[in-house]
Amino acid sequence: MSFVTVRDVWQRYGDRSIIERVNLDVAEGEFVSIVGASGCGKSTFLRLLLADERPTRGEIRIDGGEPAREPGRERGVVFQRYSVFRHMTVRDNIVAAESFARFPGRFFGPALRAARARADDTLARIGLAHVAGQYPATLSGGMQQRLAIGQALTARPRVLLLDEPFGALDTGTRLAMHDFLTELRAETNMTVFMVTHDLEEGFKLGDRVLVFDKVRWDPHSPEAFGATITYDFDARDGGIPFQRQLERYPGLAAQAG
Amino acid sequence: MRLINRIPSRPVAVALAALPFAAVLIAYALGSEIRLAANPQDKLLPAPATILDTAIRLFTQGDRRTGEILLWQDTWASLRRLALGVGIGAAISLSFGMLIGMLPHARRGLSGFVAVLSMVPPLALLPVLFIVFGLGETSKVVLIVIGITPFLIRELSQRVLDIPHEEIVKAQTLGASSGTIALNVVLPQILPRLISAVRLSLGSAWLFLIAAEAVASEVGLGYRIFLVRRYLAMDIILTYVIWITLLAFLIDWALKYLSRRAFPWMEAGL
Repeated sequence: MSFVTVRDVWQRYGDRSIIERVNLDVAEGEFVSIVGASGCGKSTFLRLLLADERPTRGEIRIDGGEPAREPGRERGVVFQRYSVFRHMTVRDNIVAAESFARFPGRFFGPALRAARARADDTLARIGLAHVAGQYPATLSGGMQQRLAIGQALTARPRVLLLDEPFGALDTGTRLAMHDFLTELRAETNMTVFMVTHDLEEGFKLGDRVLVFDKVRWDPHSPEAFGATITYDFDARDGGIPFQRQLERYPGLAAQAG
Repeated sequence: MRLINRIPSRPVAVALAALPFAAVLIAYALGSEIRLAANPQDKLLPAPATILDTAIRLFTQGDRRTGEILLWQDTWASLRRLALGVGIGAAISLSFGMLIGMLPHARRGLSGFVAVLSMVPPLALLPVLFIVFGLGETSKVVLIVIGITPFLIRELSQRVLDIPHEEIVKAQTLGASSGTIALNVVLPQILPRLISAVRLSLGSAWLFLIAAEAVASEVGLGYRIFLVRRYLAMDIILTYVIWITLLAFLIDWALKYLSRRAFPWMEAGL
């Protein structure tokens, strides 16, 4: 069952090919890590998934729907920086995830009170209740990213896109964020794409790890060809998805034996 | 210790800040003293005491004929023109700045035009304004509007473009329409920029106001200065100049205070 379908996607800016011939099928609830060297087009691919850019060729569909022409509520996103609104308090950032969908983008009176109460529940769940009234700039990097993820999930997107979400965090905070993200995933069973330059992180969190690289290379014009998916690892169970089948299903052993 | 690492202590800092003011005052007092010693009738550099007497008279005593205090009338007339001009200019530039900054079509259509428009010297248009709008209030207010608006539009549209693309995309993924983004993301982030841009443009606004008043007016701070110039009334001119400076300083300070109080998130990270 393919939930996110990518068919023969190319992206080029002028003469510069960024990615080419990308085909991908992702099932609902899968966590896909995307790794690769700098400038290999993994962030471009994420922007294509986000519909912030349209591919030069090919199409991307979610659940068989029409290819999107601009970002919308189907796709949630967390960037490395600037993912929350700095002029809003932490609580109002969560409220915005509900209120932005309809003009004028604000709740008033009882609706606002109810939304703020729901936002406080969300903040308690992601451990930010004590800073609800503060502005994001006063928060640490890890707390800001937790807020960004909480905000993105409050809008209930069908696919969550993460662009190096933990890239600017120190190691300890990053490990805590891994646990946080794993917990949230267990609760929501969300389909997630995460771009990272940290291989270990990719394998730890992902069900699949996609590697982007160039397969064709013209030494005279390095920009002639784009990158594509060169490896598609099954990263479940620490990268050995089938070796422990017998431990998990002892019944199989009897049949095999 | 390197000069760049020497930081003045509090009392030294206060003394240093007061030093240039004191130096100018002393230099003026000395110059005035020397000239008055040579010729007690000298009008060019009246003694500080004379200026103070004149200032008190101007602020408190009414006109002999009408009983109205001219200085306050001038002040209200000028401030009204300034507020109207700057207010209208700010409103126009806020709307156009947001349009140009947010909509690619508006940007293509208008940014080149605004860039050319901002090169037109506003004072050269003053005669045109007098011809079109007459010698009344309108032409003076319009001169201020024309003088500051192109700069404000360019400044604000650039500040809109400076808003991280990530925030705009994020708002879209939360389902926000263009209008919702304008109202809830761009406008609140651009208002403090508007205030600081207005603070920068106040200097030229005063310039255009005084120029317009000097050419054709019946009341106003600039009008009065250019009127009493005929009698070489330096004491009145200097009083007015100091008063205008004080007003400009107070307006600037008030805008800064407003910006701080109204937009606490601007300084939240500091």
